[in-house]
Amino acid sequence: MKLLKLVLRNSFRHRLRTSLTILGLALAVVAFGLIQTFIAAWYSQAAAAAPDRLVTRHAASIVFTLPLSYKEQLLKIDGVEQVTYGNWFGGVYVDPQNFFPQFAIDATTYFEIYPEFIVEPDQYEAFLGERRAALVGRALADRFGWKVGDMITLIGTIYPGDWDFVIRGIYTGKEEITDEGTFYFHWEYVDEAMKQQMPGRAGQIGWFVLQIDNPDRAAAISTAVDERFSNSWAETLTETEEAFTLSFIQFAAAIIAGLRVVSVLIVGVILLVLANTMVMTARERISEYAFMKTLGFRSYHLIGLILGESFFISFVGGIVGIGLLALVARLVAAALSNYLYGFAVPQSTYFHALAVAFVVGLAAAIFPIQRAIRIRIVEGLRVVD
Amino acid sequence: MPEPIVQVENVSKSYYRDSLEIPVLHDISLEIPRAEFLALMGPSGSGKTTLLNLLAGIDQPTSGHLLVAGKDIASLSDGDLAKWRSENIGMVFQFYNLMPVLTAYENVELPLLLTKLSRKERRKHVETALSIVGLADRMKHYPRQLSGGQEQRVAIARAVVSDPTLVLADEPTGDLDRKSTDEIMSMLSRLNSEFGKTIIMVTHDPRAAKAAHIVRHLDKGELS
Ligand SMILES: Nc1ncnc2c1ncn2[C@@H]1O[C@H](COP(=O)(O)OP(=O)(O)O)[C@@H](O)[C@H]1O
Ligand SMILES: [Mg+2]
Repeated sequence: MKLLKLVLRNSFRHRLRTSLTILGLALAVVAFGLIQTFIAAWYSQAAAAAPDRLVTRHAASIVFTLPLSYKEQLLKIDGVEQVTYGNWFGGVYVDPQNFFPQFAIDATTYFEIYPEFIVEPDQYEAFLGERRAALVGRALADRFGWKVGDMITLIGTIYPGDWDFVIRGIYTGKEEITDEGTFYFHWEYVDEAMKQQMPGRAGQIGWFVLQIDNPDRAAAISTAVDERFSNSWAETLTETEEAFTLSFIQFAAAIIAGLRVVSVLIVGVILLVLANTMVMTARERISEYAFMKTLGFRSYHLIGLILGESFFISFVGGIVGIGLLALVARLVAAALSNYLYGFAVPQSTYFHALAVAFVVGLAAAIFPIQRAIRIRIVEGLRVVD
Repeated sequence: MPEPIVQVENVSKSYYRDSLEIPVLHDISLEIPRAEFLALMGPSGSGKTTLLNLLAGIDQPTSGHLLVAGKDIASLSDGDLAKWRSENIGMVFQFYNLMPVLTAYENVELPLLLTKLSRKERRKHVETALSIVGLADRMKHYPRQLSGGQEQRVAIARAVVSDPTLVLADEPTGDLDRKSTDEIMSMLSRLNSEFGKTIIMVTHDPRAAKAAHIVRHLDKGELS
């Protein structure tokens, strides 16, 4: 402990070199953290899934619809407590660039099964009471400056024509990761129009969501559902909500895997940056270490000095990096808010960054420590700089 | 005659390079009484530093015995030897070997960090040592803010701060001008006469050697 002063003085012996090393570490930590945050944000969509919800869709593909008449039969299956359903609408708001998901849903049951969407009771009442009413997420409303009462027109793509809506409520998410970017409205609104214009497409839904009594029985219930509709003209595929969501985002698995590799490589870069600095210091200080041994200092004193310096630099780099990361992540989240919800640095990433700082600090000190321990005093003293 | 503080008995030292023997010291015997000031002279490469390193316990003889204050230092383990050095040896080098990141005060304090002395006690010792070498007013200076002569005086203060049995100096004036040389020599003389320190100094400067009471010559590993 008495040598702490020497550790700190040594760390700043070459101010520029130490500063550049710290900056290099910090930037690498930012890159590492952003990648981890991106991956987490990507998977947060699946993480938001509830274990007691199953999704039933057409066995062939999500683009095929199922008859609404399945609902009564689903409710009869043991373990299924409630059933709701939805449809992908895919309309354009002013410009195709303004993409956001739009779901035609069963207004009375949908929000029972999704308690994480919070809407004020009077807004919810207003939404239920009007055919053209829409309920939109807070983030989505903010994005376009919508307020309750605003009229919105979507240009149909799957369902032709212009569709007028009036915003009756704005929901917020219960959790940080709850999606706040979706546009919900009445499935009946679309269905009534279909009945008149294209009767063949009436009474069809995109998927059912089943609330089950026990998450542990998810697999058994899924099998029961799919068996119930096997050999009917629209066979089903039932899976947990999480698996359902993952099947959508899994196409990016290769990119995610690539990013994971990059983040590991970044840790390697961090290690090399610090190891380079530490090796230089080891070379410069050999005669000092030999002299300290002459005075009677032992190997463990030198280990303390070197490890202390290595940890000092790696942790300052790590902490500066974490600070920068929090800042940069906020900017990125703002810039990407239209495309990616839940872009927030997970707590675990901060711990990972600190763990990386620890491991790197330790690893970078190994070679200099070896040198300092092995050097024979008389030889170290002959090294004159 | 009192028991000598240093007894070198038939010491030989060879270095080995790839199984090639490089003999440096041949069968050296030497006795140094307590409170003596001895100068060791000799041409470059004659083994002066090697002999001093053996006495300092930072190198081991190939054969023979080295007794300092009656203790055979070749028989000590590494750990015991390190402790022994910290209590018995003060070293001064040609190039001072000060820590550039520590002030004069902190450099002198460094050996005391291995002792159980409190911060206050350390302060007393350091201030005394620095005032003996006349640098009480330079305590907060870093080595780069001092002249070569002043740096060597700090190194001398550091060598004596823990009150060692032996002060070993390897060409302490080798890098200094005449004026600084005289200062350093009078300082070592004073340590010897006033404080009774036993000093062994390697030098090839006859002017420096004059300060010593005994001058021995080493040539090709033989003492005369
Ligand atoms: N570690 C070593 N390995 C091999 N030879 C050495 C080593 N150290 C010193 N020598 C050799 O031993 C001889 C004596 O060296 P040294 O004691 O430093 O001489 P001096 O101090 O009198 O100039 C020299 O020839 C030197 O090259
Ligand atoms: Mg020499």
